[in-house]
Amino acid sequence: MTAEELEQIAQSTRAEYAKFDHEINVCMGTGCLSQHSDRLKDVLANEVTAQGKNAFVRRTGCMGLCAAGPLVLVDPEETLYQHVKASDAETVVKSLGGEPVAELECNLREHFEEQVHIVLENSGHIDPEKIDDYIARDGYKALLIALTEMTPAGVIHRITESRLRGRGGGGYPTGLKWSTVAKATGETKYVICNGDEGDPGAFMDRSVLESDPQRVIEGMAIAAYAVGASKGYVYVRAEYPLAVSRLTACLRDARRRGLLGNNICNTPFNFDVEIRLGAGAFVCGEETALIASIEGRRGTPRPRPPYPAVSGLWGKPTLINNVETFANIAPIIRNGGKWFASIGSERSKGTKVFALTGKIKNTGLVEVPMGIKLREIIETIGGGVPDGHTLKAVQTGGPSGGCIPANLLDIGVSYDALMAIGSIMGSGGMIVMDDTSCMVNVARFFMEFCMTESCGKCIPCRSGTAQMFTLLTRITDGTGTMEDLELLEDLCSTVKETSLCGLGQTAPNPVLSTLKYFRDEYIEHIVHKKCPAGVCPIKAPVTASVEVPA
Amino acid sequence: MSADVDVKTLTIDGEEVSARAGQTLLEVARENDISIPTLCHLDGLSDVGACRLCLVEIEGSNKLQPACVTTVQEGMVVSTSTERLQKHRRIILEMLFAERNHICSVCVSNGHCELQSLAQEQGVTHVRLPYRNPDLAVDASHERFTVDHNRCILCTRCVRVCAEVEGAHVWDVMGRGISSIVITDLHDEWGSSTCTRCGKCVQVCPTGALFDKSKIGSDHPKYPDFLPYLNLMREAQ
Repeated sequence: MTAEELEQIAQSTRAEYAKFDHEINVCMGTGCLSQHSDRLKDVLANEVTAQGKNAFVRRTGCMGLCAAGPLVLVDPEETLYQHVKASDAETVVKSLGGEPVAELECNLREHFEEQVHIVLENSGHIDPEKIDDYIARDGYKALLIALTEMTPAGVIHRITESRLRGRGGGGYPTGLKWSTVAKATGETKYVICNGDEGDPGAFMDRSVLESDPQRVIEGMAIAAYAVGASKGYVYVRAEYPLAVSRLTACLRDARRRGLLGNNICNTPFNFDVEIRLGAGAFVCGEETALIASIEGRRGTPRPRPPYPAVSGLWGKPTLINNVETFANIAPIIRNGGKWFASIGSERSKGTKVFALTGKIKNTGLVEVPMGIKLREIIETIGGGVPDGHTLKAVQTGGPSGGCIPANLLDIGVSYDALMAIGSIMGSGGMIVMDDTSCMVNVARFFMEFCMTESCGKCIPCRSGTAQMFTLLTRITDGTGTMEDLELLEDLCSTVKETSLCGLGQTAPNPVLSTLKYFRDEYIEHIVHKKCPAGVCPIKAPVTASVEVPA
Repeated sequence: MSADVDVKTLTIDGEEVSARAGQTLLEVARENDISIPTLCHLDGLSDVGACRLCLVEIEGSNKLQPACVTTVQEGMVVSTSTERLQKHRRIILEMLFAERNHICSVCVSNGHCELQSLAQEQGVTHVRLPYRNPDLAVDASHERFTVDHNRCILCTRCVRVCAEVEGAHVWDVMGRGISSIVITDLHDEWGSSTCTRCGKCVQVCPTGALFDKSKIGSDHPKYPDFLPYLNLMREAQ
C-alpha cells in the first residue's frame, strides 16, 4: 500500500457514494440496537427499493444522542430523525428530496453545536465494519505519513508537542510515556490498548470501538512504530460483544489491505494486533493487573516500579494507553501537534468524550473541548435535569471519582481543576444527580462496587472497602452513630494511603467528596434518622412498647 | 572495592547506613536492627507487597512505599515509624482481626502467632471495627495437616512456598475481594489433592491457619527460618 493507492481507494469509495442522491445513516450502536435499529435499517432499505429512490442505507456507529434513539441521519441534508420506528420508514423515505418529516425531526441544535468532534469525527458517519469508509475519511493517512515521512523520534515529538494526556483517567502525558518506552532497552516491545472500561455509567470506549475501530488500530500502529514494537494487544471486556465483533472484522480488513502485518506500506515496519478478552474484573483496567491477565495469570496488580514501560508484558517494555488516547493519535499526526494544543485549556489539551447519564435529558455521548464549563455540558448540551427537578451533584470519575455539588458547576473541565475539588476526570463517566438522589446512598453504591471488584490481594482494599460498606449501610439504614462516622473517616485515610493499586487508593473518594460537600446529609441520617431525599430504608427505631394481652 | 559492587548510602530513621545497589529497604533496615513490621514477606520467598505493613515514608515523596520491594537509592531519607505510619499499621491489623474469626485463646498458634505478636508490638489493644464473623470452613481431610480458613490472613506465603520452593503449586487463591480464600488444586479437599506432604506451607504460615494435627492441644511453634538456608544450599549445588 502506497499513499497513491490509499488515495485511490478513498476517491473510488467517495465516487461510489456520490452516485446516490441521499445517504440514510442508521445508528447501530448498542443503545439504538437495543431498540431494533437493525430491523429499521432493513425496512428502510426495502422501502428505498420499493419507492425506487436513489438512496444508500448505511449502518453506522453511535451518533451520540442515545436518549433519542433509534437515530437516523439523512445526508447531504443533515436531517436528524429521532425515535424512528420501522413503521416510520415509509414516510422517511418518501420525504427524501422534499420537506423533512417534521414530527420525527430532532432539533437539538445546541446539543451538537457546542461539541467539538475529534475522537468521534467518524462516529455516525461511517460503517464501522467497512475499512474503505474509514479510508475515505482520511483513514490510515496518518500511519502512512508516519511510516514514510517521519522518524520514530519525530512521531514522539509531535505527540509531545500536542500535549495530549492519557484519557484513561490518570492524565499522564502521552508523549512522555511513549518516549520512556522508546528509550527502554530490549528487542521485543509491546503496545497494549486498554479497553477494560468498567466504571458504572461509562461507555465512551465501547462506543469508540463500536463506531470507529480502525481509528484505534491506526493509533496503535503509529505508537508501535514510535516506540519500536511489532506486536499489539487490544484488551477489551467480554461484556462488549458488539465491540469485539467489529474489532475482529476491522483487524481482518486491515490485514487484507496490508495495513497490518509484515512490511506495512513497503517499509521494514511489521505490526499485528491480537484481541484479548477480559473476564469480568474491573481491577484488570489497572495496567499491571491487565498485563497479568493477558499473560494468563490471575488479574491482580503488583507494586510499581518496575513500571510497564520498563518491564511489562512478559517482562518486556510495554506501552499501555487507553482506547480514547489511541483514537486521538491519527488526527494529531495529520494536523500537527500545535493544532491539537490550540484546543482546550492551559494544561489539558484537546477534547474529552463524556458519557452523560443519570438525571439528565439528553443521555448519551458528547465530545467537548477541555476547559468547557461543567454547567455548559449539563445544561446546554445535556438539556438539564428533566421533570422540574433541581440538580444536586455531578459525579465524575466513577468509583475513583467524586461528587461535584451544584454550586461548583462553573469550573472548567480539566484534569487539574477536577482534582482540586476532590474529584477526577476519570475515563469520562458523568452521572447527574437531582434532589431525588441521596448522597450517602450514592457513596454506599460506589463502595459496594469497589468492595465486590477488589481483587483481595492487599489488606486495606480487601478488608477496608468491606468495612466502609458496612458502616455506610449502618448509616443508610438509620443505625449509624457519630462514632461510626469517625471510624469511616479513619478508614478512608488508611485505605487511600496504604492500598497497593489505584482501585484501593481511590475507593474512598466517593465517600470523601460527599462528606466534604454533603456532610449534613450524613448527620441527618445519623442524628435525626431521616433520609432527606427519601431514598434510604431507615429502620423504625426500636421502642420499648409492650403489648398488653387483653 | 571491586568495580562491580555498587554501594549506596542512605539514612533510615536518622541513622546513616550503607547498602549494595539492588537491596531492598527492608533488607538494609533489618541488617541494621531497625525493625519494620511485615506479614506477607518471608526471607526465601518472592515479595508481593500485599500486607502494606512495611510501608515507609521517603523524603520527597508523598506516597508511602513498601519497604519489601523498594530498592535503595543514593541519599534516600527514610522514616519507618512515624505517627502516620503507626496509625495506618494499627488500622490494618484491626482490619485483619475483624475480617475473620481470630480468637487467640482457642487457637493452636496462641503464643506463637505473627499476627498476635505484631498486634502486641504495635499496641493494638482493642478492635473498633465491626467483626464480620464470616462462616468459614475447616478442611481436615489431609492425614497430617489442617487448614482453618478462620485464621487465614491471605498472606499467600503458602501459595508462594509451594510454587517457588517445593515446585508443586498445590495452593492458590480463589475468588476475589473479601471472599478470597486459599485453595488446594482446583478447590479440591487438601487430603485428595496433589499435595506432596512436605509441610513447608505449614511452617511458613504466620498464624494458626495451617497446622500440624499432631500438635493440637500442645505448643505449636513454627520454624520458617529453614527457607533461606535451604535456598542457599540449593544454590551451592
